[in-house]
Amino acid sequence: MFILNEFQINKMNSQLPIKQTFTKESLKKQFRLSEFLAEKVISSIAFLSIAVIFLIFIFVFKESLPLFNFGKSDKAKTEIQASNVGKPESYGAGAEELKPESYGSEATKELKPETYGSEPTEELKPETYGSEPASNEDLKPESYGDTPKEDLTVPATDETTTVSESKEEGKTWNTFLSIEWVPVSDNPRYGLIALLIGTLKVTIIAMLIAGPLAVLAALFTSCFASKRTKEIIKPVIEMLAAFPSVVIGFFALMVLASFFQNVFGYDSRLNAFIGGVAMALAAIPIIYTISEDALASVPKTYTEASLALGASKWQTAFFVVLPAATPGIFAALLLGVGRVFGETMIALMATGNAALISANPFESVRTFAATIGSEMAETVFGETHYSVLFFIGSLLFIFSFALNAIAEFYVKGKLLKKFQGN
Amino acid sequence: MDKVLNESESQFFSGKKSASEIKGKIFMGITQLAVILIIAVLFIILGIIVYEGKSKFSWEFISTFPTNGMTEGGIFPALIGTFILVIVMSIAAVPFGTITALYLTEYASEKSKFAAAVRFSVRTLAVVPSIIFGLFGLGFFIQFVGAGADTVFNGGELRWGQPNILWASLTMSLLTLPVIIVSVEESLKTIPREMREASLALGATKWQTIRKVVLPESISGIMTGTILAVSRGAGEVAPILFTGAAYYLATLPGSLSDQFMNLGYHIYIMSTQSSDVEKTMPIQFATTLVLLVLTLSLNVVAVIIRSRIRRKAK
Repeated sequence: MFILNEFQINKMNSQLPIKQTFTKESLKKQFRLSEFLAEKVISSIAFLSIAVIFLIFIFVFKESLPLFNFGKSDKAKTEIQASNVGKPESYGAGAEELKPESYGSEATKELKPETYGSEPTEELKPETYGSEPASNEDLKPESYGDTPKEDLTVPATDETTTVSESKEEGKTWNTFLSIEWVPVSDNPRYGLIALLIGTLKVTIIAMLIAGPLAVLAALFTSCFASKRTKEIIKPVIEMLAAFPSVVIGFFALMVLASFFQNVFGYDSRLNAFIGGVAMALAAIPIIYTISEDALASVPKTYTEASLALGASKWQTAFFVVLPAATPGIFAALLLGVGRVFGETMIALMATGNAALISANPFESVRTFAATIGSEMAETVFGETHYSVLFFIGSLLFIFSFALNAIAEFYVKGKLLKKFQGN
Repeated sequence: MDKVLNESESQFFSGKKSASEIKGKIFMGITQLAVILIIAVLFIILGIIVYEGKSKFSWEFISTFPTNGMTEGGIFPALIGTFILVIVMSIAAVPFGTITALYLTEYASEKSKFAAAVRFSVRTLAVVPSIIFGLFGLGFFIQFVGAGADTVFNGGELRWGQPNILWASLTMSLLTLPVIIVSVEESLKTIPREMREASLALGATKWQTIRKVVLPESISGIMTGTILAVSRGAGEVAPILFTGAAYYLATLPGSLSDQFMNLGYHIYIMSTQSSDVEKTMPIQFATTLVLLVLTLSLNVVAVIIRSRIRRKAK
C-alpha cells in the first residue's frame, strides 16, 4: 500500500514521467526487504514439515539407540533397575535427560545419530559405566536422572560387570527373534516375532474385509451412481473417517465382541477377528476415498470410447475403468495397510492384547502399536524395555514411511505414464 | 473384423446380451451392496451409541466431576481438558499450516524440488501412525525440550520435563498439521488467478497481494481446516497416551504445565481399566456419545463450508 502511494505521488508530481519511468533501470526488480523477509520466513516455515519428519525419525530412533550399543551401557542400566538401585540425584539435572542413553562419552553421538557406529567413543565406555552398580545405593526405581556427568565423576572400574553386561546385551538381540514377549520379568524376552505375527494377522483380516468393500463401493460411486446419489454417498462414507478410533474401538469392545461371540461361539471374547473387523471400519474411508479419486480421474474418453464400442455400463466399469485405475487403487490399499498396521487404540481395546502365536483368527493377539501404547507408561525411562518400545516405534515409522513413498512415487509414475504416455 | 478379434474380445462384443446383462446386474448389485453395507454399519454404530448413551446424557453429566472412584458423576474435567487441548493445538497448528499452504500455492514454483519435498513430508505426516507422534512427543518435547528448558530456566527443577497439556497439544498439532495444510491449499487454489494478477498489476507487491487479497479470500478454507483439525484432535488418543493425559484429576488444569483429562482417554480407561466396567457402562456410552457428537458435528460444519467453497469456485 505504502509503495503504491509513493508511486502515485510521483506520477502526480511530474507531468510526463511515463516514458522515463520504464527505463531498463526502473523495470528491474526492486529489492524490498519486507518482501524478501516474507518469502524467507514463509519458505522456512514450509521447511518445518520436512524438519518434523526428520525430527520424528531422529528422536524416536534415538531413544532406541542403546540397543545398538553393543557397548552394553543400557544393559548396565537394566541391571540397575532389576536390582532396584537407581541414582540418588535423580530428576534434577536436565542435561542428561537430553541424552538419556548417553553414558558419558557418547554425547556427540546423540547429536548425530548417523554416526553411532563410531568406535573411538565406544572405547571410552567400559571404564565409565562399569562404575554404575557401585555408585548406586538408593532405591529409586524411576531412575530418571542418571547423568553422564555422574558416571564420569565416579572413577571406579569393574571389568567383571562389564563382561556380564555385554553378554546380556547380546541376549536382548537374540530374544528379538524368539517367540515370547515377556518384557517384565527377571529374564526379559522381547520376541518381536510374536508381535509381528499378531500385527500381520490383524492386518490381513482387516484388509480382507475393508479392501473389497471399499473398492466395490468406490466403483459403484464413480461408475454407477447418479450424480445425486453420489453427493449423498460420498460425504456419508467419508463421515466414517470422522469417527475417532477410540470410538470404533469402544464399539468393538462393547458391542461387536459380544455379538460375534454369540454368533461363532469362540472362547476368547477379544481376538484378532474382532480387532480386524474394527480396523476395517477405520480403513474403509481411506481406501474408499483414494480409490474413488483414482476411478474418477480415469479420463472420460476411456469410458466414452468403451461405451461407443457397444460395451455396457458394467463392462466398461469392470474391463476399462477398473484396470485403468489399478495403480491408484493399489495406492489406496497400501495406505489402508499403513493405517491398520499403526492403529493403536482399536488394537489396544479390541484384540485382547495377548501375544499368542496361532493361525486361529479367533485367538487374542498383540500388535506392535498396542504394545507401545500399553507398555510405555509402565516402563522406566532409559531401560531396555523402554528402548525396545522405541525401537518398535522406529520400525513402525519406517514401515509407514516406506508404504507412503511407494504409494507416492511408484504409483504416481505409473499413472502418469498410463494417462499421458500415449 | 471377426478374425481380428480374439476370443475374449469376441465374447465381449458378442450378442449374448441376456447373459452379460444378468452378469452386469449381479455385478452392479454387489457394488451397491458394498455401499449399503458400509452405510448401514455406520448408522448401526451411531444408533447403538446414541441408544445406549442417551439415558445418561444430560446437562448434569457434562457439567459435573466424576465421583465415587469414577463410577458415578459426569465428565466435566475431561470435556474441559479436551477443549484446552484443541485450543492450544489450533494456536500452534493453524498459523504453521496456513503459512505452509501459502508457500506451496503462492511461492513454490511448479518444478521446485523443495516444494515437492514439502508436499511429500506433509503426506507422510498424514500417514504416520498416531502412536509414533506420541513417542515423538515423549522423546522430543518432554525429554529434550521440556527437560532442557527445566535445566536452563528452572534450575533443574522438574516442571516442563514431564507430561503436560502443552506437550500434548503440540504433539497433537503436528498430527493435525496436514489436515490444515490440505484444506487451506485447496481453498487457495479456488481463488481465481485474475484477482492476484489484478492486484499485482496495480503495483502491489507479492506479499501485499497475499495479505490483502489472497488471505481474506481463503478465510473459509482456513476455517474448514481448523474445524477438521479440531475434530481430529478431539478424537485422537494415542498421541496423548504418554504426553499428558491423566487418569483422574480432582481439579481442572490451571496452567500449561499441568496434566489434563481427555474425553477419548476417558473412554479408553473407563472401558479397559475401570474398577467396575459393567457398572460404568452407561457412563462409557454417554462419554462416547459426547465425543461422537462433538467430532461429527464439527465435521458436518466443515463439509458444509467446504461444499460452499467448491460451489463458489465453479
